Amino acid sequence: MKIKIKRILVLIVLVIISFLLQTSVLKHIAIGSITPNLFIILVSSFGFMRGKKEGMLIGFFLGLLIDIFYGVGNLIGFYALVYLVIGYLNGFFKRRFLADDIKLPIALILGSEFSYGLVNYLFLYMMRSKFQFIYYFGQIIMPELVYTILVTLIFYPIILRINQFLEADEKRSAGKFV
Amino acid sequence: MKMRKRTPLLSKYWLIILAVLCVGLLLLSAFTDGKAAGPLRGVANYTIVPMQTALNKAGVWLSDVTQNFETLEEVKQKNEELQSRVDELTIEKNNLQQQRAELERLRELYKLDLHYSEYEKIGAHVIANNGSNWFSSFVIDKGENDGIKTDMNVMAGSGLVGIVTKTGPNWAEVRSIIDDASNISAMALSTSDICIVRGDLTLMKDGRIKFEKLPKSDVEIEVGEQIVTSYTSSKYVQGILIGYISEINDDANNLTRSGYLTPVVDFEHLQEVLVITQRKSDMIEE
Repeated sequence: MKIKIKRILVLIVLVIISFLLQTSVLKHIAIGSITPNLFIILVSSFGFMRGKKEGMLIGFFLGLLIDIFYGVGNLIGFYALVYLVIGYLNGFFKRRFLADDIKLPIALILGSEFSYGLVNYLFLYMMRSKFQFIYYFGQIIMPELVYTILVTLIFYPIILRINQFLEADEKRSAGKFV
Repeated sequence: MKMRKRTPLLSKYWLIILAVLCVGLLLLSAFTDGKAAGPLRGVANYTIVPMQTALNKAGVWLSDVTQNFETLEEVKQKNEELQSRVDELTIEKNNLQQQRAELERLRELYKLDLHYSEYEKIGAHVIANNGSNWFSSFVIDKGENDGIKTDMNVMAGSGLVGIVTKTGPNWAEVRSIIDDASNISAMALSTSDICIVRGDLTLMKDGRIKFEKLPKSDVEIEVGEQIVTSYTSSKYVQGILIGYISEINDDANNLTRSGYLTPVVDFEHLQEVLVITQRKSDMIEE
């Protein structure tokens, strides 16, 4: 049990830090008022590094946090559901994940970010009869995608290092009991 | 081997449980009009909000420090500029004072004792913004405990910023008027013609907002006209400045006009805002 507690604590801290960064600091490094999306990087990378369950849980709690502060109207649960599914789907690629390979993570984060933009447009804009998809695609989805990938190159290695540290730590403490 | 076979099944169950929980929360919050979210907002109040406040204070301190590094030359130059500005303003002030005396006399004549600018307000700091590129809202450090309620109007300086959409014990979310979901009933100051001011994501980058359905009357409204919140609005109190018309065109139907506004508030650098504690809905009830 002790092993898990450490991981849970680290994950909670990671979720909170990325939430604080996204909602305060990132606006100041915005390019053309477009900010990168740290949430996708975090949820997606824990999905493919650790599997469906962990990706799902991180996605759920991060989404819930967004819903509480910036949810759609008074609704709670929209972003929780979106990030939950993103975490789950990324979990399918756990078997093909190798720590040295950066191509798969980037491809997966790219895919997740793209589908996140699409879901945002479909449910929050098209539903309010805003049909200029080309504009939203060119001005919001694509720039955010590019910027997020750039930030991935900095943020992802940090997440990877944290996860490797946790895994090594868990192995060590597991070894003690055998 | 047994373990490996069981894992995919387990995570599938997890997905179903959590997804059902999300949908349940969505329905619950939809039917209770957001009251179900109360406990969650309370929890966030004691965990996330203090951290955001601290982070914001650090940010303000940092920007103060960087401002201290301005060179003497710049300061001197600025001083000169400001001095000439003071002269200009003094002249302007004298003019205005004369006009004010006249206005007061006229007001007394007409018994117009409504001073829209004298709404009760409380100040608040902006501690976090919506991290997404799709919407424009922010969180302030005052909440229910300070008397903030949903639908209260928020100003910065002399202009309208937005409206309170969510409240927690010590925080509140404010949706700004440039947000895509924002809709305000407004009027032209000189003619009192009613129009609709609508936020639009496609204009957010240019710092403009759209206005629509301004009736085409004999009195020509021109670029530079002030647009304020109207007397027919159900959520916005009357007479708060929204912005100035920067472009105006006739609509195809030749009955209405529409165009663009430049808001008076700088939404990129919001730090302090004022919340008007009188709500339009309460005023109507009275």
